Amino acid sequence: MENTLNNTSGKYLLELQDVCVSYAAGKNAVNKVSAGMESNTITAIMGPSGCGKSTLLRAINRMHELYPNIQTTGKILLKGEDVLKMNPMKVRRMAGMVFQQPNPFPTMSIYDNVIAGYKLNGIRLKRSEKDEIVETSLQNVGLWDEVKDTMTKKGSFLSGGQQQRLCIARALALKPELLLMDEPTSALDPISTNRIEELLLELKKQFTIVIVTHNMSQAARISDYSMFMYLGDLVEYDTTKQMFTKPKDKRTEDYLTGVFG
Amino acid sequence: MKDKIFKYLLFLAACLVLFLSAGMVYALISQSLSAFSHFGVTDFVTTADWDPREGEEKYGALSFIVGTLSTSLLALLFCIPFSFPVALFNGEYFKGKKIATVVSSIVDLLAGIPSIVFGLWGFYTLRPFIISLGLSEQGFGVLTASVVLAIMIIPYASSLSTEFISMVPNKLKEGAYSLGDTQLNVIANVSLPVAGSGIFASYILALGRALGETMAVTMLIGNTNDIPTKLTDTGNTMASIIANQFGEADGLKLSSLIAIGLLLFIITALINSFAKLVMQRILK
Amino acid sequence: MKLFSTIKFRLGVDKAFFGIICFFSFLTMIPLFVILWELFRKGYKQINLNFFTEVAPTSMDAMLARMGHESIPGGILNGLTGSLLIVAVAILIAIPIGIMVGIYLADNQKSKFSGIIRYLTDLIQGTPSIVIGIIAYAWCVKPLHSYSAFAGSVALAIMMLPLVIRSTEETLKMLPGTLKESGLALGASYTSVVLQILLPSAFGGLFTGILLAISRIMGETAPLMLTALGASIVNWDIMKPTSSIPLLIWEFYNDPNLVDLIWSSSLLLLLIILTLNLTAKSIASRWKIH
Repeated sequence: MENTLNNTSGKYLLELQDVCVSYAAGKNAVNKVSAGMESNTITAIMGPSGCGKSTLLRAINRMHELYPNIQTTGKILLKGEDVLKMNPMKVRRMAGMVFQQPNPFPTMSIYDNVIAGYKLNGIRLKRSEKDEIVETSLQNVGLWDEVKDTMTKKGSFLSGGQQQRLCIARALALKPELLLMDEPTSALDPISTNRIEELLLELKKQFTIVIVTHNMSQAARISDYSMFMYLGDLVEYDTTKQMFTKPKDKRTEDYLTGVFG
Repeated sequence: MKDKIFKYLLFLAACLVLFLSAGMVYALISQSLSAFSHFGVTDFVTTADWDPREGEEKYGALSFIVGTLSTSLLALLFCIPFSFPVALFNGEYFKGKKIATVVSSIVDLLAGIPSIVFGLWGFYTLRPFIISLGLSEQGFGVLTASVVLAIMIIPYASSLSTEFISMVPNKLKEGAYSLGDTQLNVIANVSLPVAGSGIFASYILALGRALGETMAVTMLIGNTNDIPTKLTDTGNTMASIIANQFGEADGLKLSSLIAIGLLLFIITALINSFAKLVMQRILK
Repeated sequence: MKLFSTIKFRLGVDKAFFGIICFFSFLTMIPLFVILWELFRKGYKQINLNFFTEVAPTSMDAMLARMGHESIPGGILNGLTGSLLIVAVAILIAIPIGIMVGIYLADNQKSKFSGIIRYLTDLIQGTPSIVIGIIAYAWCVKPLHSYSAFAGSVALAIMMLPLVIRSTEETLKMLPGTLKESGLALGASYTSVVLQILLPSAFGGLFTGILLAISRIMGETAPLMLTALGASIVNWDIMKPTSSIPLLIWEFYNDPNLVDLIWSSSLLLLLIILTLNLTAKSIASRWKIH
């Protein structure tokens, strides 16, 4: 945790302070959420559909701004710097994102997909640098051995699970501080899901991960901390162990025991 | 910054469509003003004179309006017995099957044949046939033009109505089949009522196509300036009079031809907007 | 017994109707082949090397050849080069603008302004080609006091534009929305996401749309009669009158001495158009699989 010592509040890599997001005036999709995430942890955000968990995740790298008329207040500090005041493109390079549907760029080869972040940002690299980035990124997601002989093939020829790992590699290639994942396994079969979960536990050693998930048992399996959101409010935020064994709020308990959601 | 410029360029391109349309309307109106002010709008539309003699110039669009409407409506009528079966064939009986793809692409290729080639075919193949039937001496006229026009608009009418017929949900049809209905009954009682207004819109759009067809009609209608009163009469449509006389026209005559172009523009715009309106209602 | 016979009757009617549908669908396919056959039968003899390397004969030359019972000399080179010039310039005008408008519409799908632009696009598409010819005449020929290839290109570009706009918009809309998101999530600018991810991914659909648009304008005659006019020589100057294949067909048709040339030129024109059409369709079907 030494690398986060220069934070304003010291302890956290990512800190949310009274974050509010609204799509229409007077109605908050995310309501005054405050929380801090330490380095090298996995934080799961849970909650029923429409509770604002995806919106919150997207606010962290400002992807939510793609929707029109969005209003955001509060502070989102990434390494002590307010994301909402930074250039969104810089933020997005610091906080990689993985989506629900695996979506490698269909016109690019596997190799080009991994370094797409550099290409799209117009960053020129030497061939050897590129090779190194591609290899480490693919090794990070355990895909290197499977694809090293088919690098020039299109990414869309891979299986769903492989495609999703390629997308994770694509995000990791930019060496982000933070990895944001929006239900990354909900479109995958159980075996691929399992593979990705193992991968996340491995990646935790190098990166900090925030993951939105529908799947409670997934949160229990992989996360260190859990958030429960309901109707835009952050109901409860605690260690995963604490939340799953002794939830403090009635609503959390209801959700975890399947009374709603 | 780069993004702002790029987005601004895209917006500008979209605005260009706006200016383009305005410019088109402006060009037509400004060039036809002298004809309209000389003859008056109502007179121009309601008289059938077309007299280019110097000093006695008198132009009216009525015979061409009648020519356009009669050939197009006849063409629409003639095309139904062919385009409608094709639509049922592709959208109902063989929906999604390979043979439907083959039939629809062959029929669609008809739309690729240039108007002037249709005209040649009408002139050298259909016209002698009409003569041999003894329908008319020269074989030119409203009938000949409408038959060729009908073939030309078949693909437009059939491909859109195929889509509307195949959009009818299977659930609805299954209900009828489970009661022991024959396929014909299901088509008559389920598919057609559901797809009806869509099919209607397809034919209106096809009519819009027919109204503006130029070359084939110019080569077959006989190019006379009187109001046609029977099928075998010769005549002129709005498009064919422009194609025939634009080259040698100037002054008041040129302005009158452009005025006819403006009227044709307005008629097709109205017809197409009406069809679009019907379709938007369905898709909502 | 009664019930049984009605069922039999109903099934009979059902079958008969099906037969009628098949029969008329089959009839509808005939004209295409009849026309192709007729052009081929009457035109193939004229198509030789001279046909592509020499300009159209004058009426006088053709008359002399006919009187001497020789085949008509010359070819359609001036039409071929003219079509190439006019269509190429039309493509240069219509494609960049059309693609940009298409991107704008796909990106601002629900705005009122997009609705208006879409309506106007349809309006332009529905405008009869002869009326577009008049407009290009009023814009280019009249102020410049000269018929020109450029005026013809403007007319054809106006006809192409709605087709390019619509196919760009439709293709971009078919791409998964996450493609754009994941590009932006990598910190890429909107410009590079559009130019490096979206447009390349949409290439197949765009290319198909453009080929179909070209095949549509390739055979246009009426608007060119009012704008490019025609020329008896090979002309590469866009500000001068120029011929095209359809214009030559019209000329041949109106000249009793040259009328024998209509078949070969129509055959060639139709073959070009059908090739463009079929290529476009095969690209479209291959592209959809991915």
